[in-house]
Amino acid sequence: MSDFGLVKIMGEDSEVNMHVPVPPHREGGTSFPSPHEIPAGHHTKPSIDCAGEETRDLAYGLLRVLNDDDEAVGEWDPKLSADELRAALEHMVRIRAYDDRMMMMQRQGRLSFYMKCLGEEAVSVGAAMAMENRDIVVPSYRQQGLLFVRGRSMVDMISHCITNSNDNVKGRQMPVHYSWKEGNFVSISSPVGTQFPQAVGAAMAFAYRGEDSIACTWLGEGTSAQGDFHYGLNFASVYQAPCVLVVVNNQWAISTHRNLAHGGSSFAARGIPYNVASIRVDGQDLLAVYAAHKWATERARAGHGPTLLEMYTYRGDSHSSSDDPSIYRPGDGYENWPLGDPVDRLKAHLVKIGEWDDARHEALQAQCKDEIIAAYKEAETHGTLKDGPFPPVTTLFEDVYEDEPWHLLEQRGQVGI
Amino acid sequence: MAQMNIIQAVNSALHNMFERDETVVSFGEDAGFYGGVFRCTSGLQEKFGKHRSFDTPLAEGGIVGIAIGMGMNGLRPVAEIQFADYIFPGFDQITNELAKLRYRSGGEYSAPVTIRTPCGGGIKGGHYHSQSPEAYFTHTPGLKVVICSNPYDAKGLLISSIECNDPVIFFEPKRLYNGPFDGDHTAAMVKWDSHPKGEVPEEYYNIPLGKAEIVRAGKEVTILCYGTMVHVATAAAENSGIDAEVIDLRTLVPLDIDAIEDSVKKTGRCVIVHEAPRTSGFGAELMSQVQERCFWHLEAPIQRVTGWDTPYPHSLEWDYFPSQARITEAMRATMEE
Repeated sequence: MSDFGLVKIMGEDSEVNMHVPVPPHREGGTSFPSPHEIPAGHHTKPSIDCAGEETRDLAYGLLRVLNDDDEAVGEWDPKLSADELRAALEHMVRIRAYDDRMMMMQRQGRLSFYMKCLGEEAVSVGAAMAMENRDIVVPSYRQQGLLFVRGRSMVDMISHCITNSNDNVKGRQMPVHYSWKEGNFVSISSPVGTQFPQAVGAAMAFAYRGEDSIACTWLGEGTSAQGDFHYGLNFASVYQAPCVLVVVNNQWAISTHRNLAHGGSSFAARGIPYNVASIRVDGQDLLAVYAAHKWATERARAGHGPTLLEMYTYRGDSHSSSDDPSIYRPGDGYENWPLGDPVDRLKAHLVKIGEWDDARHEALQAQCKDEIIAAYKEAETHGTLKDGPFPPVTTLFEDVYEDEPWHLLEQRGQVGI
Repeated sequence: MAQMNIIQAVNSALHNMFERDETVVSFGEDAGFYGGVFRCTSGLQEKFGKHRSFDTPLAEGGIVGIAIGMGMNGLRPVAEIQFADYIFPGFDQITNELAKLRYRSGGEYSAPVTIRTPCGGGIKGGHYHSQSPEAYFTHTPGLKVVICSNPYDAKGLLISSIECNDPVIFFEPKRLYNGPFDGDHTAAMVKWDSHPKGEVPEEYYNIPLGKAEIVRAGKEVTILCYGTMVHVATAAAENSGIDAEVIDLRTLVPLDIDAIEDSVKKTGRCVIVHEAPRTSGFGAELMSQVQERCFWHLEAPIQRVTGWDTPYPHSLEWDYFPSQARITEAMRATMEE
């Protein structure tokens, strides 16, 4: 062996045999797979008390309700009223307006950081509409739609994001790490995946008290590689916890393509060996998202156990304001996603059934834009990112414990408060 | 009053709390039907039902994770980690999630979780059944850290831990489960029967967190210790003829700083003893506190007697485990000055 020189481990003619997956587009193909070739209305709807393993076809298939002609078809059509459909569309348009404005504020330096959910609006809107507000949600960081459907004030959301004196989490978290106990929306944490077993525990608490509320939680497909994903599935299965566990497969975990998150073909399929009912859902199809959540929620509420849902979607924009996806997924922009856009598709359906038109849509977009501009303005009356006021320094020492122990009181004294 | 060992005292605390508060639940690996490998949770499932005391999959990250979820949703979980050596797969859930939930949610959410776990050596357990990882948790703001040294305290402190709305890591020194241990492994096993702290009321009582106990009053030197070392240090004081004041800290966070300060200012000398390795051990924090508060009262440098900075050994356990002789030597060192 040479002394600290180049250590040669392979002969001249050796070939590397280790497999490392790369996103298909880097080898001349496209990163977009084709489960969408499964037509809308293809899948039958099992009874909510079926065994988890009986959902195998749904786990490997793709639940779709809206067909290519913008019609709602098949057993899974939730038969929402025109008013409910318009409410869903309005939530999604408002979220998009909020996200666009917030990213613009970030670019102008009036916000430190932001994460949009472009393309994933239906994932959270459909879920929230299928649940009751008393159901606890333990989200990841791209489910802002839950807050909109549950009616949180945009002023309060923005206040959190600019960490001003009106921030209910007292400036302790990065933007978009919302907490809203009044809306049963649990504080978001940055370590990924930890919320999965926590939601199972929250669901177990409902069951323990004999209540019929449920818990719902989300993580990304990249995070499904974490142990917490498997802890959550297994504990949910073992205790038949009344919960809905969601993998949002938006194809990308920052720059990591989903084919580095698992070696299989479906994330939903991971629920089958746990005997957890599992469904892969077209995440761009609001009706399919709603129908899947409605089924899973009713199943959990009736005591038939957990469901794993894979929301097959696309992260339409960057991971966050700190990320530039053009470096790692050139050509695979959102406009090329074969399953389309959730706003466009729901809008087209409403137009098709004669309950919506372009003029109303444009008016809605303009109205939402005005709302968010006004809300941002109002939020800044509680303090701006540049000048504050921010939560007072005393809050540094609060909430570490229920009551401050002596050592924190002493340290508080040392900073003069 | 009943005679109990620490296992029975922990069990009695759980029975009391299960009776008083229906939101208290207990779970862990082998902790349901079987009642735990040390039998601390025995009888709970039989008496209160398997929804209140249950077995879990072997996944500490999952155990702590569901404890947080239950805690944030109205229950008061007592999770058992079978050995403190196995707490690390749950470390992220404990330090990043459990400890910070109240803070990160602006006080909206919290989880009153108690994590019980047997710690420490003296049982020939080798490095995966002997560790004392308390310093990892004392270093994490948001956690309270408790360690008992006798049956009476075990019950009273565990009840306070369960009632505490902050998360508590509750260490049970397993060498003390069945009897006090003065460090002499060649002596016959002593049981708690004849020890005054083995007298434990069957009914509910609590011992407040954050309060140390002077287990031996003395004038010449203060010994700060906790867990198994309380008994080794007390024996060292008795057998050396040095009039040491032995303080059982009982709660490491928040620390009973008044008890420490009063004693060291009185004696002017301080020896700190723990089983865990020396570097960045909790003794380093104690030394800093004493130095900051009592410097002008000190007659000599503070001494530390700790485990060595090695993994916990198996065959050489008694060369690692802080002995009466080492404690006596440290006391003498403070008195030479």
